[in-house]
Amino acid sequence: MADQTDIPTAGNNTSFLAHMRYAIVSNPVTLLAMTLFSVIILTAVFGPYLVPYDPLASTSQALIPPSWQHWFGTDHLGRDVFSRVVVATRLDLTISVSAVALSFVVGTSLGGIAGFWGGWLDSTFGRLMDTIMAFPLFVLAMGIVAASGNTVQNVVIATAIINLPFYARVARAEVVVRRQAGWVQASQLAGNGPWRILFGRILPNALPPMMVQISLNMGWAILNAAGLSFIGLGVRPPTAEWGIMVAEGAGYIVSGQWWLVLFPGAALMLAVFTFNLLGDGLRDIVDPQRRT
Amino acid sequence: MNQSMHTPSGTGQPNGSAPTALLKLENLSVDFQTRRGVVHAVKDISLSLVRGETLGVVGESGSGKSVTSYALMGLLERAGRVSAGKAVYTGIDLLPTQESTMRDIRGREMSMIFQNPRAALNPIRTVGAQIADVLLQHNQCTRQNARTKAIEALKRVRIRDPEQRVEAYPFELSGGMCQRVVIAMALACQPRILIADEPTTGLDVTTQRAVMELVRDLTQANGMATILITHDLGLAGEYCDRVAIMQSGQIVESGSAVQIFQHPTHPYTRKLVKATPHGASHVRDLLPEQIIPVEANERNTATLEVSSASNTQHRVPVLEVIDLKRSFVGKRTLADIVARRPTASFEAVKGISFDIWPGESVGLVGESGCGKSTTSSMVMRLLDPTHGSIRFKGKDISLIRRQSFVHHEMRGALQMVFQDPTDSLNPRFSAADAIADPLKRLMGMSNAVQIEQRVMELADMVGLPGHLLSRLPHQLSGGQKARVGIARAIASEPELLILDEPTAALDVSVQAIVLNLLVDLRIRTGMAYLFVSHDLEVVRLMCDRVIVMRAGEIVEQGVTAKVLANPTHEYTRALLSAAPRPPAAPVAPDAQNACVIESETNHA
Amino acid sequence: MDRVLVVFKRLLQAMPTVFGIVVITFLLTRALPGDPAVFFAGPAATPESIAEIRTELGLDQPLPVQFGRYLNDLSRGELGASMTTGQPVIQELVTRLPASLELTLVALVLSLCIALPLGVLAATKQDSWIDQLCRFVVTAGVSLPTFFTGLLLVYIFYYLLGWAPPPLGRLDILYLSPPHVTGFYLIDALIDGDLEVFWSSLKQLALPAITLALFTLAPLARMTRAAMLQSLGSDYVRTARACGLTYPKVLRTYALRNAMLPVITTLGMVFSFSLGANVLVEKVFSWPGIGSFAIEALIASDYAAVQGFVLAMALLFVLLNLCVDLIYTLVDPRVKIDG
Repeated sequence: MADQTDIPTAGNNTSFLAHMRYAIVSNPVTLLAMTLFSVIILTAVFGPYLVPYDPLASTSQALIPPSWQHWFGTDHLGRDVFSRVVVATRLDLTISVSAVALSFVVGTSLGGIAGFWGGWLDSTFGRLMDTIMAFPLFVLAMGIVAASGNTVQNVVIATAIINLPFYARVARAEVVVRRQAGWVQASQLAGNGPWRILFGRILPNALPPMMVQISLNMGWAILNAAGLSFIGLGVRPPTAEWGIMVAEGAGYIVSGQWWLVLFPGAALMLAVFTFNLLGDGLRDIVDPQRRT
Repeated sequence: MNQSMHTPSGTGQPNGSAPTALLKLENLSVDFQTRRGVVHAVKDISLSLVRGETLGVVGESGSGKSVTSYALMGLLERAGRVSAGKAVYTGIDLLPTQESTMRDIRGREMSMIFQNPRAALNPIRTVGAQIADVLLQHNQCTRQNARTKAIEALKRVRIRDPEQRVEAYPFELSGGMCQRVVIAMALACQPRILIADEPTTGLDVTTQRAVMELVRDLTQANGMATILITHDLGLAGEYCDRVAIMQSGQIVESGSAVQIFQHPTHPYTRKLVKATPHGASHVRDLLPEQIIPVEANERNTATLEVSSASNTQHRVPVLEVIDLKRSFVGKRTLADIVARRPTASFEAVKGISFDIWPGESVGLVGESGCGKSTTSSMVMRLLDPTHGSIRFKGKDISLIRRQSFVHHEMRGALQMVFQDPTDSLNPRFSAADAIADPLKRLMGMSNAVQIEQRVMELADMVGLPGHLLSRLPHQLSGGQKARVGIARAIASEPELLILDEPTAALDVSVQAIVLNLLVDLRIRTGMAYLFVSHDLEVVRLMCDRVIVMRAGEIVEQGVTAKVLANPTHEYTRALLSAAPRPPAAPVAPDAQNACVIESETNHA
Repeated sequence: MDRVLVVFKRLLQAMPTVFGIVVITFLLTRALPGDPAVFFAGPAATPESIAEIRTELGLDQPLPVQFGRYLNDLSRGELGASMTTGQPVIQELVTRLPASLELTLVALVLSLCIALPLGVLAATKQDSWIDQLCRFVVTAGVSLPTFFTGLLLVYIFYYLLGWAPPPLGRLDILYLSPPHVTGFYLIDALIDGDLEVFWSSLKQLALPAITLALFTLAPLARMTRAAMLQSLGSDYVRTARACGLTYPKVLRTYALRNAMLPVITTLGMVFSFSLGANVLVEKVFSWPGIGSFAIEALIASDYAAVQGFVLAMALLFVLLNLCVDLIYTLVDPRVKIDG
């Protein structure tokens, strides 16, 4: 339906920082997400220096339930679960952030180029993306890691590859929609070359809808990486990583020692949840149309 | 000031008794809950509608005209709420009525047709099935004869081959045909009242006339009353018995159509009537009386340009288009490969030729699909022609491919103003950024102070207040955005400016101001204009010569006054007769007495 | 006749995708750095056995020749032999496929039965408790790691409450599997008339299916709600209401049907996720499907088995997507034949 109330807005522009503050404060969900996000970042950066126990040190105090000495209990090798969960934050975040950053940069650029120039470039690239998406993605990641060797770098690369098509598709769609817009033609009339128009004008405009995508994708990348390490790919013991900790604790939950699985799993959930919530907030911050 | 409307007793009624109103709106108010608080979309309006009459509700965007009809039908969106008033139909107040009763009333007693007809139909259901649904709902047919009745309904709305069309899906029909289907659904049960909400906006002018005549014939045949909601005062003037003018949620004036056009009393009505370009002899006449140009001899300057241009022999035309062609190749299908035939191609422009002389304003007129947009893209070098040449000041610029032309020295000399002001501005650029862009790229300016100064000069030339320059597009009104687009286009001091329907998306009063601005600019800078439009009346006012296009070809061209007075081609004649003909508005003489009549403020 | 042509066309269009899959699986195992012969020979190989494998599998030949051999092998269903079990890979896959399929299909059906009504109700009764529930389910659902939920469910329903059986596979050790007809224990047990086996399989299937269903619930519910909202707010629903059609009729014929189109498209994406999540669920519940086979193969560096698994899953996915595509084409008349 046509907008039934058409009122021209008043008021001048606010600075970006002021707008960011407004976006965060006005929406309680964004505020929550930003708070959680800060907690996670701080844990990742400072955690390893502040943990009470050495996350890799085995002791004889195995399988102790949560207590005052060990907030999250100890695992089957006597290691403090709390310290391990905190330290694992850094590794899990590093893996996901690198993978998402890689696939975002490469996927958006390639997708944008394909959408802007069209023609055979677009068709070929589309076919390539379709072929990647023809695989169940987790399975493809398994195959890539198996083929290229069981290392953390390969887990990052595999996760990046399977994420690429999402960014490529969104970027391509956004570019195609805007390609014919009046202001793009006006940019051409004003003497801007195609590269500048694509990377300097169109893609920044496409950023708000992609922000939600990036954030959801981060969550998904974390789940993927944890899933791969759960089945034994990438990270090896005794490294502390959420997925591997759940895998190690899986055998014990059946006999009632729930703390080995619950805490790393809950941390994982919290991280993914935060990134999912963050998406909308990020879009509000980046979208010029939300400015008042 | 609010005015209520009551039919004067005896008017239009043969037997002389006071006609009872079929529908009476009393003190209706509608509010909307929005992010910015409560918006009073409709404020205390009163209307009445008598059997068999056509009432026009005219207003610009934001006037609340559509909201009134949605409130009547009980179709307001969730955020909307009727806060006061009554709508009495055959003794019942519709507004507090239960949804189940309203459902019986809708379609059977009161019906509605909408803007954007293709979107108004279910895309995955055949047209016949949709009509049948309505008929079945109101017990006008049985399951067995539903199809037959649907075909009859299609016949009544004059759709050709109704037996085939009944199985068609909306995407297979044109806009005009879709609107006829919607009309068929609305009139299927022969309601007593039809509400038509901008039914012809977006349709070609010839289709528009066909649809309006269909509506008029059908409503008159069944003795229906109609409420026509539109922003086009001319349309209301031709098809309505009475007209109510709305502004900011209130009715400012109402009366018979003749009265409104010939003797408008309220300043807003007067402004609207003047701004509607029908029969106005000069573009200045579109403006309300308060805005009168200082130099009266400007009126004649435009015509002077024409005579001087055509007199000189040794001047070179700014633009020469010679046998220009453009075809678009479709996708190569499997069927083509198998049958070994060439891929289907579509010829958008089939070999056209015309010139534009310096300082001249030439109009390019045609309906959708005639190739005028393709032509202007080619002239602007945003698109390469498949054949023919384009000479700019004697130099063949069609030889330069469009990718290279971006950096060509002549890029700044050819600029364009786009149709949709919203779509033509980068959402992330402030007004100042948008105007500064060509200054940096084409004029090579790099000093920030110089750029800012020049931007302010340009903003001043187009009448854009300086404090708006830091705003983003979504914070500007339609008219303001249009000005930014114009300032951006003239920043590189072009010699040829193509204006692609620059006022089509604007309210008519804003259009008046923008058109005048364009005339002023042309006088000051000596630019030549190629004015692309579908509206012959606007072209009459703005252009010295006119070119009429149809299906990729030029059917007629010549001096505007001559072509429009004595068209030689039948298509031009069809276009001319399709335009709405309201009762004649008073001619220019009032404006020549250049005194300020009332000191009410005017905003655009 | 039109419809048959469309079906045929879609099948043709799937061919390049299948070819692409074959190429990529080939490249994955032959064209990456490192010596494939070492991979295929296994961790306990001697230099002689590596050389033997190399000539036997033709790994010393140029790539195009290898590719030709690969295609040849594939056409004969020859996927190599699994090192861990000694059986031909193709046989392992075929034997284990029904277990995975049964799990995935039951989970999907369960998921659809909850997600669709939830999404529709959330859209028609905006801001009600059911809408909030839907939004909560969606937000929480996309954050849940499948393996974690599986383990939690085991802990709660098996260890704490004792309602579920131990997560040890498809059937309680007391029972023998029903005579093989389809490979789906539920169906085979019913065909055999053995109700005890039927109930046992159902009980064993419950937790893993719920775990997998929880995973696919979120995207389906989200898309259903969004599609219904868009459909209910569309111009054509407004027209239908303006013509006086009843609310149930408008909902069913004008809103719901149209909303199903994007939901069908989402199903394709959901299949992709669930085939991946399947692997994780199979590990948690010791489910003898192709997922757990692949995991064992991965750990043991059983190269041929992993390659066979990836290929099989991809082809399965293409088949599922084809079905989804066909359903969509049959429902949406706007999809043109030459499209």
